[in-house]
Amino acid sequence: MKRSTLRRAAMPAALVLTLVLTACGASNEDEPAADATGDATTEETTELSGSISGAGASSQAAAMEAWVAGFNTQFPDVTVSYDPIGSGGGREQFIAGGTLFGGTDSYFDEEELPLAQERCGGDLIEVPVYISPIAVAFNLKGVDELNLGPAEIAGIFAQEITTWNDPAIAKINPDADLPDTAITPVNRSDESGTTENFVEYLVATAPDVWTYEVSGVWPVKGGEAAQGTSGVVGAIEGGDGTIGYADASQVGELSVAKVGVGEEFVEYSPEAAAAVLEASTKVEGRGASSFAYDLARDTTESGTYPIVLVSYAMACPAYETQEEADLVKAFIGYIVSEEGQATAAESAGAAPIPDALRSEIEPVIEAISAG
Amino acid sequence: MTSLSPPGRTKAYQRPGDRIFSATATGAGITILVVLAGVAGFLLYEALPALRASPEDLPGGKNLAAYILPLAFGTLLSAMVALAIATPLAVGIALFISHYAPRKLAQGLGYVVDLLAAVPSIIFGLWGLAVLAPRSAELSVWLADNLGFIPFFAGPASATGRTMLTISLVLAVMILPIITAVSREVFLQTPRLHEEAALALGATRWEMIRVSVLPFGKSGVISAAMLGLGRALGETMAVAIILSPSGGVTFNLIGQGNPSTIAANIALQFPESSGVAVNTLIASGLALFLVTLLVNMVARYIVSRRSEFSGAN
Amino acid sequence: MTTATPQRESTSGLAEMPLVRGNLPNWAPWATLVGAALVGVAASMGLGLHIALAILLAMLVHSVAIYAWSRAVEGGRRATDRLVTTIVTSAFLLALVPLISVVVTVLQKGLVRFDSEFFTFSMRGIVGEGGGAYHAIIGTLIVTGLAAAISIPIGLMSAVYLVEYGRGRLAKAVTFFVDVMTGIPSIVAGLFAYALFVLFFGPGVRMGLAGAVALSVLMVPVVVRSTEEMLKLVPNELREASYALGIPKWRTVVKIVLPTAVAGIASGVTLAIARVIGETAPLLIVAGTTTALNLNPFEDSRMATLPVFSYYSYALPGVPREPYLDRAWAAALTLILIVMALNLAGRIIARLFAPRVR
Repeated sequence: MKRSTLRRAAMPAALVLTLVLTACGASNEDEPAADATGDATTEETTELSGSISGAGASSQAAAMEAWVAGFNTQFPDVTVSYDPIGSGGGREQFIAGGTLFGGTDSYFDEEELPLAQERCGGDLIEVPVYISPIAVAFNLKGVDELNLGPAEIAGIFAQEITTWNDPAIAKINPDADLPDTAITPVNRSDESGTTENFVEYLVATAPDVWTYEVSGVWPVKGGEAAQGTSGVVGAIEGGDGTIGYADASQVGELSVAKVGVGEEFVEYSPEAAAAVLEASTKVEGRGASSFAYDLARDTTESGTYPIVLVSYAMACPAYETQEEADLVKAFIGYIVSEEGQATAAESAGAAPIPDALRSEIEPVIEAISAG
Repeated sequence: MTSLSPPGRTKAYQRPGDRIFSATATGAGITILVVLAGVAGFLLYEALPALRASPEDLPGGKNLAAYILPLAFGTLLSAMVALAIATPLAVGIALFISHYAPRKLAQGLGYVVDLLAAVPSIIFGLWGLAVLAPRSAELSVWLADNLGFIPFFAGPASATGRTMLTISLVLAVMILPIITAVSREVFLQTPRLHEEAALALGATRWEMIRVSVLPFGKSGVISAAMLGLGRALGETMAVAIILSPSGGVTFNLIGQGNPSTIAANIALQFPESSGVAVNTLIASGLALFLVTLLVNMVARYIVSRRSEFSGAN
Repeated sequence: MTTATPQRESTSGLAEMPLVRGNLPNWAPWATLVGAALVGVAASMGLGLHIALAILLAMLVHSVAIYAWSRAVEGGRRATDRLVTTIVTSAFLLALVPLISVVVTVLQKGLVRFDSEFFTFSMRGIVGEGGGAYHAIIGTLIVTGLAAAISIPIGLMSAVYLVEYGRGRLAKAVTFFVDVMTGIPSIVAGLFAYALFVLFFGPGVRMGLAGAVALSVLMVPVVVRSTEEMLKLVPNELREASYALGIPKWRTVVKIVLPTAVAGIASGVTLAIARVIGETAPLLIVAGTTTALNLNPFEDSRMATLPVFSYYSYALPGVPREPYLDRAWAAALTLILIVMALNLAGRIIARLFAPRVR
């Protein structure tokens, strides 16, 4: 073939190739979604179609993925998108009316609540949908099990306890062979709900050791900082003598400390984390559709694991159009249902919300309407 | 009767096609200048709210300078260390390719080094974290034990290796191809006659290089180093993935508390920022832009003082 | 073999500066290299030295040995010469180490998920295992294609201006600032595109087109530079012959100069594309990421691209982590293959089709 022919053929060939690639389409998006439910009940429900968008806490990101996937098996014509931009941004966008629902690691504070209620034209719906234990994971050669009380945890992360064989740690771990390796505390470098919940726990249980304020930004300088839960887990894995706090579902194979509650040392589990919610009191004065909780992190009840992250979904009881109301009602309804919570438990390691709470929440969600 | 045109220039008739084409070409040239000015302008416009905001509203709670200065320090420190590591290495490699390697292999070897330039920076980030950081942790322990009196290695050494030292090594690997390529070009342009005169006088190869190549190429190497510096200052993803950004201003290269760099800080904080935090990030980006602009302008000025060749006569 | 140094009887100090010196045999450097390697191996096996330190030790031993030997036989100057040769060669070999390490690491970790599902599935509805980067690959093609569509005309015409029309201060300024533009940090280009689009679309905008604008800021200077070089290579005689035949300037450029230089221009454009296709930071800021295929770069919605997909799979994995990390490495491998292929294509085009080979 002549060079000039080759040259002339090159451009169109590249173009055709690109078009062919684009025309293929993603294989998983062409397949009709498998019909999970039976034919009987799908008559009316599969007629739902449209799209809704939400934004908020990145802690819910993995669970949201699972919820959207599960929701789409029942309602394949609905597009739900969730932008994990962080709790603060999520609340801001919700107040501004840019999103129909959202996720947040902490309930609206006194300044934001009236704005949110104004946006909704009345009460605000805040329901806990994602309960996740925060594990204290560590990586220390030769040590697989460790007991740590609140004072010790606070001391380690405040960088006051600096070696593993410190007497404070050795006292509550008589069987462990603790080396004199230096402790490397790992924390989140980005603003995070996990950090805020962890620091809340430290302030509630060891206020004399942990003298910093509660905030989503880690206050202590000089530790090992990593981006995101995965970064923290990676940093813990990457060194000897490291210890950090992370969402329990992502710690993988790392050793996890048992946390002191009262007289015992409790290992984390979804049930123990959900038990904290049952022991906590609802915040008053926020309207009948708000289920915000002040968590009893200093609880000494047996079988509770107090280092827990409770993340909420927020929505309005009334929307402008019937379509919006139906879609939000269906989606949030799916999230809080047994099926939805089981999906989140499986894919994101979350604790399902207690049944008693669910029976209180479901009527509120069902009441979402237009107007 | 022919009327003679007055002395002086007569304008040639310009066909419409020529006018349109030359206007388009000139317009395209002006677009470049407009875009550069636009970059500065738009960044300034979006950074203004942060410049005007009061300290409590800004992330970090202190004023804008206090927010940007540790980041600027981290940027400069990592870039300088990377430059210090990369420049001698690059000069050596450029000399190897231009004067020591067998002629037939020289171009191929040049391509091999250029392959390093082709690797996207995110891959260097992933590689740095997976491969280099653990090894650097071992090295850091040794450095802290044996050379701890030098402020750079004061320790205590980080257990994970996600330190300024690792970053500087990765940056050095990333800027090596640029400095090598420009230095190589410069060394190849040494006048043959100078080289041969030195050899004729009995100089060894190294003496010839020292006497004729290096002095000739000195300014080229300096500008190459500055180009590399410019690239290192702006590097984002490798730093974002690897570094543990928990510290403030410190010269300790091997510790676990390091100042972040401007570019990495923007990449990490931007997706979840809103409101004045975004403006603050853009303000820091503006600062970075001005610094790299300055560095590049000086480098290019040095290069442009050499005469340019055109292939066309 | 060492030749005997002829002794000269003379009054001046010429005995200390004989004209003929001994020569090391040709196999001398190789001998010391082998010896040093043996020392290194012995140190690593016998003393348990870390392999990097053992290699360093071997290089040190080799340098010292060859220097000492050469100094004894050949004299100080040639000894220094041999030492420098050793240093310079080791510098080059040292530069190969990270390159090989990167390639090996990416291959090792990336081949795990290098299957057909990776290239035909998007991440929509996928939780955990499975899924792929189809949406990211298409996103990269769209964004880079748009960036090329923006930068090629601007870059080409600017180069034409600089070579054919530019005289005087404007041309000097343009040349200078084009060079300066090659040094813009990629994240600054991203911030610029964001700031520009915020003006039209309000805060929080994410758009494929914005990503293309950011990439074209990075691409234009590269296109201008390489096109300018290629246009300068076109011999002036061609232009003058064309003018002599009465062809207007614009037709000369369009019909004669550009086609002559087109191969070089194509190669330059390919290299420019290779440069921007791997940029993560600007796309992170203005294009964001999404799990589904998005074919529209002109609406305010996120578009996934390969480098950003790789970054987010690595930095924000779900539960369990391993499938996400595997996808991140597979995306990185795809990216590096695309970039290397484009680089190779660019150089091959230049080699095969160039009008004049240097």
